Amino acid sequence: MSALLEIRGLTVGYGWSSPPAVTAVRDVDLTVRAGEVVGVAGESGSGKSTLAFAAIGLLDPPARVLSGSVRFDGTEVTTMSREELRQMHFQSASMVFQASMNVLNPVTRIESQFRDAMAAHGVSSRDEARRRAEEAFDLVKVPRRYLDAYPHQLSGGMRQRAVIALALVMRPKLLVLDEPTTALDVVVERAILQSLNELRGELGFGVIFITHDLSLLVEIADRIAIMYAGRLVEEAPARELYENPKHPYTVALMGAFPPLAGERQRLSGIPGQPPDLRDLPPGCPYAPRCPSFMPGVCDVIDPPEVIIDGSRRVLCHLYGSVEASRD
Amino acid sequence: MNWREIRHNRRAMAGASILAVFFVVAIFAPLLVPYSPTAVRFTPDLPPSGYHWLGTTINGQDIFSQVIWGTRASLFVGFVCATLISLIQLVMGVFAGYVGGLVDTVASAITNVFLVLPALPLLIILAAYLQGGSVFVLIAVIVVTGWAWGAKVLRAQAIALRERPFVQASRVSGESRWHIVLTHIVPNMLGIIVSNFFGAALFAVLAEAGLEFIGLGNINDVTWGTMLYWAQEGNAILLGEWVWLLVPGLCLALVGTSLGLLNFAVDEIANPRLRRES
Amino acid sequence: MGRSHAVSEANENGGRVRYLLKRSGALVVTLWIAITVNFVLPRLMPGNPVETMFARYQGKVSPTAMHAMQLDFGLNTKTGELGQYVDYLRNVVSGNLGVSFSYYPARVSTLIGETLPWTLGLVGFATILAFLLGTGLGMFAAWRRGTAGWKRGSIADSGLVPFGLLLGALPSFWISLILLYFVAFRLGWFPVGGGVAAGVGLLTGPGFVSLINHAALPAITLTLISMGLWILLMRNNMLSVLGEDYVKFARSKGLHDRTVAVHYAARNAVLPVFAQLALALGIVVGGQVFIEIVFSYPGIGYLLLNAVENQDYPLIQGIFLIFTVALLLANFLADAFYVLVDPRVRVGARQ
Repeated sequence: MSALLEIRGLTVGYGWSSPPAVTAVRDVDLTVRAGEVVGVAGESGSGKSTLAFAAIGLLDPPARVLSGSVRFDGTEVTTMSREELRQMHFQSASMVFQASMNVLNPVTRIESQFRDAMAAHGVSSRDEARRRAEEAFDLVKVPRRYLDAYPHQLSGGMRQRAVIALALVMRPKLLVLDEPTTALDVVVERAILQSLNELRGELGFGVIFITHDLSLLVEIADRIAIMYAGRLVEEAPARELYENPKHPYTVALMGAFPPLAGERQRLSGIPGQPPDLRDLPPGCPYAPRCPSFMPGVCDVIDPPEVIIDGSRRVLCHLYGSVEASRD
Repeated sequence: MNWREIRHNRRAMAGASILAVFFVVAIFAPLLVPYSPTAVRFTPDLPPSGYHWLGTTINGQDIFSQVIWGTRASLFVGFVCATLISLIQLVMGVFAGYVGGLVDTVASAITNVFLVLPALPLLIILAAYLQGGSVFVLIAVIVVTGWAWGAKVLRAQAIALRERPFVQASRVSGESRWHIVLTHIVPNMLGIIVSNFFGAALFAVLAEAGLEFIGLGNINDVTWGTMLYWAQEGNAILLGEWVWLLVPGLCLALVGTSLGLLNFAVDEIANPRLRRES
Repeated sequence: MGRSHAVSEANENGGRVRYLLKRSGALVVTLWIAITVNFVLPRLMPGNPVETMFARYQGKVSPTAMHAMQLDFGLNTKTGELGQYVDYLRNVVSGNLGVSFSYYPARVSTLIGETLPWTLGLVGFATILAFLLGTGLGMFAAWRRGTAGWKRGSIADSGLVPFGLLLGALPSFWISLILLYFVAFRLGWFPVGGGVAAGVGLLTGPGFVSLINHAALPAITLTLISMGLWILLMRNNMLSVLGEDYVKFARSKGLHDRTVAVHYAARNAVLPVFAQLALALGIVVGGQVFIEIVFSYPGIGYLLLNAVENQDYPLIQGIFLIFTVALLLANFLADAFYVLVDPRVRVGARQ
């Protein structure tokens, strides 16, 4: 499978000054293949959403790409014109936001919100648009009649499904989901994720799934990337990350989940605070909170990216130089 | 309310600067006027010249001196009215909204009655009935017509604040109602109160000038409004004395704009959605 | 997955009708209050209308005629205050607003009937124009600011806000005087006052042209004065809306900027305007009175000034009542329109 999305060395800044005051994403590499689910986990301010927005060219001022490349289906996104981006959105790559009360236009019916998006991408016949919209609703298991309703008439779960339907109606190749189920209760969340999985099987799109809920990713993602303070600190196949986390931050995150079965464990939070992105200390951003902190190394030198077992990456001094490949 | 933010807001600073200039002129007016503003000893209807920078009126008064002196009336009336209006709004809006119950019902009813009555016609009619005249009548009439709308806005805000946890906590602690209003509610709606204050001042300045223009003020007072009254009485248009027409009104517009800038800027600061990126 | 949460259309419409009925009820009550206040007000003021009238007509008319006049003016001293109030209510409801002092024996309603159309034409035209221009500019400024590239804010927005503020701070009578002098008097582009040229029939061709000619400057002035508020209101509404999630989402759907601006941003930004209409109308009414005075435009504001100068109490009362009623109706209509236009207003309907 060739790569659907290739991000190399991406750095995104945020702010009006030059250079900008905040580096939201720093030197991130990430690859997504067709049909693959890549989860991106991190706390607020880790840069995960910024990464996702940059990946499909949706960055709004004052955020902007400072360096690096994003290749979607072979084409460089960072240098696309506004018109090219506009065409790419919705048709080739779609974004699903958290379906808050306000994510759909409150004063127009849902069908017309399908229709105007489709019209902007070549589907001008009303009947054709209606047909596709109905198909999309069938896919996400929402009754067709809700196409004629206003957004406020749908429950939260249904709205989220409607937003997913909207994102899928032109059969895009890549779906970026930003905290899609955070505001929903677990039962609804489970149902939606299941639908999403089935759809992926049917339609074969690639997925970037952003969330702060690592436990969720462990269940649904093929690979998981962990972000901290704008850097991608670990990436691995989901199972391996769960069973054998390498980066101290990942280890700490894992320790924060209670398992449903098994003995009662001591849960640990992570002491300290995430760093102020305007004022990053030199070296590794996690150093101040890291139990494996090595003075003179971690607070001075940038951590190297180490490849382990061919398919895993860790950004940490503990694992030595780039060529090391021990377990 | 963040004072630092106000200082950095260009619009607020612009408004404050313009206003400051007028204040200085008003305070030092006796020193700044070349002649007495009421003296009628000059040749009437003179065009601007070295002796009379803005010319003279039909009654033989120096226009420049009058313009300077007029600053006092506008600023005085404007800010006195704004203060009185704000006080009334505090009681009828903030206090009533917070307290609720019968007090609020009565206050709301009164507010709504005043809201129903159209402001400017009421202003004219009251001023006429009270046979205009002294500046205190003007102030009274302006305050009576101008308080209602802002009171409604403040009441809504006070009601919203009432439900906040920290307010409820202090209620339980047994503090007196006025104490709670003054120490908890007001500081948290200071932005909108200040913004309203400037809005009221704007209304007052324009209303005063308007009433004086149609002769309902004391036409012997030297204010910008009465200057325009006399300009019209003295056929300034026919005589081509546009300076007499232009300058007093321009001053009104400048003072009004500065008050508007402050009103707008403070509102902007209090409402984060509208802020500029900084 | 779950039971339907959608409310049927019929139920929603039922809710809306109920809301409108409630508002109509409130309107009637408010009208009654306004009429009562109108009745009470002159009686609270110093100066006695009865005496004024006596002084004016003393010795010129017979006592019976005098008494008849008193009745005409609703000043029946025999029935006392409450009786007068009831009479007043009855009269107002049947359209009898009494007889004017200064234009005796002309009826107040006649006088108002003659002048009101002039004012309505002026106000209607200017309000619509000011609304269109103001909201257009406001939206434009906000859109430029909201989508500005790397600049801190666009020039359009930075310039437009002080401009809007300035327009709102211009005293209406002053601008009228300035325009009257420079444009009408000096340049001669428009007549120097009045509603129509003397001796010209209104319904004729030249009469119509003359009408427009005379109304032009007042209309321009009134539009200028009222535009400021619309610019600022719309700009603020639009900025709020642009920050909303649905605008961001709309852009992520790959819609053209124009589509997002009009169908997503503007459509939502316009809605709160109806609530702010009351303020705008207040400004228009205020401005219009002074403008009519300066341009000697034969509208109801000009009539009010004459009435005030002549201490013509019935006329003053009648005009004030008309103002109040007109504003109340306008607000009610705006309210009703809003309810019909915003699908989120689900008063009375249950989820």
